[in-house]
Amino acid sequence: MTSTSAHATQTVRLCHLYPSLMNIYADRGNISVIARRLQWRGFGLAIDEVGLGDDLAPDAHDLYYLGGGQDRDQNLVAADLITKASVLRGAADNGAAQLYVCGGIQLAGHGYETVDGQYLEGTGVLDLDTVAGDTRLTGDLVIRADLDGDDVTIVGYENHAGRTYLGTAVDPLGRVVSGHGNNGTDRLEGARRDHVIGTYLHGPLLPRNPVVADLLLTWALEHRYGSTELRPLDDTLELSAHAVAIERAGQAR
Amino acid sequence: MRAVAAPLARLAGRLSRLLGRGGGTTLPGVVLLRLDPGAVGRLSNGLEHGTVLISATNGKTTTTRLTVDALAASGFSIATNRAGSNLERGIAASLLDVATGDNLGVFEVDEAALTAVARATNPAVIVLLNLFRDQLDRYGELDTLLGKWKDLLADNARAQFPATLVINADDPNLVSLVTDDHDVVWFSFDDPAHRLAELDHAADASTCRRCAHAIAYRSIYLGHLGDWFCTNCDNARPAVHVRAISYHRDSDGANRYRIESDRSAMDPGSDPTASMADPTAVELVSPLSGVHSGYNIAAAVAVTQAVQRRLGRPVDLTASVAALEATAPAFGRGEQLHIDNVHISLMLAKNPTGVNQNIRTVLGSGAGHGRDLHVLALLNDRTADGQDVSWIWDVDWELLFDRSAQITVAGDRAHELALRLRYGGFDTDRTVIESSAAAALDEAVRSAGAGNTVHVLPTYTALLDLRSVLTQRGHTAAYWDEER
Repeated sequence: MTSTSAHATQTVRLCHLYPSLMNIYADRGNISVIARRLQWRGFGLAIDEVGLGDDLAPDAHDLYYLGGGQDRDQNLVAADLITKASVLRGAADNGAAQLYVCGGIQLAGHGYETVDGQYLEGTGVLDLDTVAGDTRLTGDLVIRADLDGDDVTIVGYENHAGRTYLGTAVDPLGRVVSGHGNNGTDRLEGARRDHVIGTYLHGPLLPRNPVVADLLLTWALEHRYGSTELRPLDDTLELSAHAVAIERAGQAR
Repeated sequence: MRAVAAPLARLAGRLSRLLGRGGGTTLPGVVLLRLDPGAVGRLSNGLEHGTVLISATNGKTTTTRLTVDALAASGFSIATNRAGSNLERGIAASLLDVATGDNLGVFEVDEAALTAVARATNPAVIVLLNLFRDQLDRYGELDTLLGKWKDLLADNARAQFPATLVINADDPNLVSLVTDDHDVVWFSFDDPAHRLAELDHAADASTCRRCAHAIAYRSIYLGHLGDWFCTNCDNARPAVHVRAISYHRDSDGANRYRIESDRSAMDPGSDPTASMADPTAVELVSPLSGVHSGYNIAAAVAVTQAVQRRLGRPVDLTASVAALEATAPAFGRGEQLHIDNVHISLMLAKNPTGVNQNIRTVLGSGAGHGRDLHVLALLNDRTADGQDVSWIWDVDWELLFDRSAQITVAGDRAHELALRLRYGGFDTDRTVIESSAAAALDEAVRSAGAGNTVHVLPTYTALLDLRSVLTQRGHTAAYWDEER
């Protein structure tokens, strides 16, 4: 990628985990938001697609992404992902940004107990456990979150059978305003530690929640280059889509 | 109650129509099933040759129309659900309308409803065209549907009179449902001129369902459909009995298909594995365009073979092909109309694979270079559309960008669609957001100008919205007034 900006040499290294298997809820949208919001500000992006059996080098990435997949694909991924667990935990400890969506948040926890009692071990990056429920929690999801001092609304769609319960070493990403959240009972949604976010919000998450996108990019650039300041973008369209999503979430349709 | 159930249900339909509450296409079925839950089975038993059930994510409405026309040409008198009301209640409503003398039912069936409908009707032929990711909030994962279909086919293999199956050999997931116990007529598309360079982003088959190793393709034609094989075991596209071996759209807009079929597979008792023992090819010119139509036409020809195999009743291939040439696009599925001097092409847009296919059809029209295309995309998020609009991010809209003079967007989630285009790299100043279907239609027609085409890509309820605008303006008849 060529760029005329002052930041031309500054490049975020993104590790996209299992893009061909974990992509069911339009995870590509999240990746394109990461790419464009860097490009529009003159930063570069190098994407490593890491799949089954691929090596994951330690300290080689500033931002990690794992999306959601079908149960069958998620089972294939779980067995492979634990071989990469120590690298991912080390990266989280080192302040690298990580985003886990849908199936991703389940695999980033300690483990996932399926309906038939099978236990899929997770990476343990996030202190949480997930148990399959007998119904799917589906619908619009709106949460309030404190993102490093900013009180924000995050909006998306959820569709998951897993019930996720947080341990003490993570905070929730936010509190449910409408929808089910982690498990449909404790009104908590997602999980956070250091620069790691896990969430059931898709839709996809980042296009209509640019504040989350920019937080991840800030963390990723800080991880590689120390302090950084992101130039504001014209987010009129993003905020319109955000407002429409909140409005539609409150309507029968 | 049974004795009065059918007359009461018919009355409900007439009342619904009189009151202007929709087409009256499902209410009678709802009433009937409430009063007589076994009605579908009993009414379909009245059809001498039984029923043909057609299911898929994409193409079931068009394939049903093609099949009805092809079999009618061979002398069958057919009951069908023309209005596309494809849940059990819609089929119940269609069965209420069975005319005296009807001897075969041909019904499109919603993919999630297929198991229930098949159990109720004991079909002669079951047709499976494809499964793609679609409305995940409504249907669940693809694997959930595949599991239901697998149970259905397993039951069928054990049935006293098992149905003959017509299955798309190009869909690796569907092939995984079939065992040696099934009687299958396989079909495929096989014109290398239409090979795609790579799998679409939204492809739904990347690993073998026998051994979990990677699936590879000699040719990919549509979504994850094509000439596939496992890179590890001997799982591969089966040999077929019917295939579309060429498709060409002439410069005058005529769509030419060449369909090869195996005459020997049509004889009852012939070995269905001896594929193409006695090949014969026919050419037909159709108003239906695109590779997806090639699949649908091949499927319809395969159904005529299956009907002959299963029923032992000869099918006149020449007459069937002549009838297929006359099959017009179904409601919003490639339908064409004019507003003043502007041509309007309506292509239902409901899931990534379907929209990608429509986009390829759009790219095949126009001047073929420059910014010659005008697109109107409408995104609603109601129950029938899928409330989760994330699927638009899996559509390869980028294919349109170089060629589009303007993309007009509207619908409940117009801003989301505009965002998708923006993050794909489309100029914001070539995207126009309108607040209603009517305003968007006017804007798209204005931007296209006389002599040009507006390519409309609406979700299902957006298509209904647009259709009512068009009807009010006298451009088209209400869909439930279609022929039958």
